[in-house]
Order: sequence, then structure tokens, then C-alpha cells
Amino acid sequence: MMPDAREPLELPAYARSLGITVCGEEAGMPVLTVAFGPAVEGHPAHFHGGATAGLLEAAGYAALHTALLAAGRDPQLKPINITVQYLAAGKSKPSFAIGRITRLGRRNANVAVEAWQDDRTRPIAAAVMNILIV
Amino acid sequence: MTGPGLHMKLNDCNRASGAPMQPGMDTSPARFDAREASKWFFQHGHTGWLGLKFADQGDNWVELELPWREDLLGDRSRLVLASGPIISLMDMASGMAIWRASGGFDPVATLDLRVDYQRPARERASVRGRVECYRRTRSAAFVRGIAHDGDPDDPVAHVAGVFMTIGADPRAGNPALKGSDDA
Repeated sequence: MMPDAREPLELPAYARSLGITVCGEEAGMPVLTVAFGPAVEGHPAHFHGGATAGLLEAAGYAALHTALLAAGRDPQLKPINITVQYLAAGKSKPSFAIGRITRLGRRNANVAVEAWQDDRTRPIAAAVMNILIV
Repeated sequence: MTGPGLHMKLNDCNRASGAPMQPGMDTSPARFDAREASKWFFQHGHTGWLGLKFADQGDNWVELELPWREDLLGDRSRLVLASGPIISLMDMASGMAIWRASGGFDPVATLDLRVDYQRPARERASVRGRVECYRRTRSAAFVRGIAHDGDPDDPVAHVAGVFMTIGADPRAGNPALKGSDDA
């Protein structure tokens, strides 16, 4: 049976454990969110950079997974690298992230990801990921 | 009365560019100790949730350990740690390496962090992150390091990052605007 692109996306154990969930979609790509809480806290009342990176990374994989399923592919994905830009402090409120496929090749993909809080036009972090498609 | 405290701090920062330290100005009693800091750092928050542990430290580097744990997996088919927690590990080791290098405990914010994954960690293996702060300016700190699962000569990942020092800069406005001329 062809994989269904609308099937609920299964996030990796790490993402689920951090409290990341899929909360909607935008331009066909899943929007991921994580609530503020002890598991993501760095400086008091702020997101830890590592937790923000975890959200970005999960959104990047979710976007690529969605694009591959839509193309009838369901391969294994492996990280090549990630570059995270921190643009503003993540405050004690929910964060959101969405990935956009910049290039989808046969063996690899380049994905751009953005994270924001209450203002969609003011990103708190962005990432570029190169992912190996096995 | 303001002077001495502030100047002390500025002098301390200048040492990074090779200025010799004045005798008697040794700030070592307040020197940041990653081993001691880890005892309370990793009790709470994101790093506590991850279960990070102190491993080792030097003058400008810190090594931390991320123990293997089933709910930190990145892939349902393999029992290896996800790449996400490795970023957290390297981010935390970076911050602590900067405090080792500066001797102080000024808060820093991550500007840019890049992780290149060479290979997956071994199954059920803990991962250690060793990061050194190789350069500091008034506004920025530069770090590089590796993540490994037992053999530092066969790393799981390489990392490079730039951090911004918060609150240590006397100028108004965004210090990044003036960043290049003090590098």
C-alpha cells in the first residue's frame, strides 16, 4: 500500500520525550510545537539553545519525511550536518517550527527550518540541515 | 564607588588577547570550576532532563557526558542516541569551556552552532562532548570540539560555534555591530 501523506507523522523518541508534537500544517508541511517547561529550560524562564535546536531538527526531519511520503518514498534518514542560528531568546511560552525543503535529491536533501514564538514574523532561531537519504 | 570592579573585569577580558596578568590581580579564587558547577547545573532544566554529567576539564576546555537512554533515540530501528541531544551536549560544553577560558561566569548566548555528524554513535553508547574555547574577543567567544563515544580519535561529530557575551559589554546598542574590529 502506498504510504499516505496525511497519516499522522510519527516523531522520533527524543522529540516525543521532549514534548514536541505536530500542531498543524502550513503549505503542506507540518508545524511542530513544544510547550515551555523544565525539560526545555536553560537560563531561568528561557529556552535552552539545545532544546530549540531539538525542535528545529525535528521539524526539519518531519518536513523531509512529509515530502518523501508525498513522493511515494519512505527511506531511512541520517544527519550529515546542521547549522543553527540563534536570533532571539526563547521566552517562557510555546515555540513553533516548520521546515522547508530547499532541495530534494535522490541521495540527499537540504532543508531550511525556522522557529518562532507568538510572532510568526520574528523567528527566534533558524537552521539549515543536510540530510542523507539512505 | 564603581571603578575597580568594572575595570577588573575589563582587564580580565583583555588578557584573552595576550596582555600579561598583573601580579596580585589573579582572579583564580573565583575561577569557574566546571566540576563544581555541574553539581547544581545538571540538577534541573534541559540539561538535568538530559542527565548530563561532568567528565573532565582544562584551562580552556570542558568535557561532558550524555548517558545513553532509551527515550533519547532518534530512530526507531537503531538503539543510538539522536542527534538533537548531542547538540544540547555540545552547546552546554561550549558555554562551560568559555567560562573556563574567561575565568568568570558572565552569561553567554549561542549565536551560531554547527554540528557535522561523522557517524552514528554505537548502540547503547554514551556520548562525550569535549569543547575548547580557542578565542575570545570583547563581544564574542569562538569554540570548537568533538563528540565521541569512547575514542576521541574516532569522533561521532565535530562542532564549531560562536557565542556572544551578554552584559559584559560597556557599549550601548548591539555589540555585534562593532564585532569585527576587536577580533
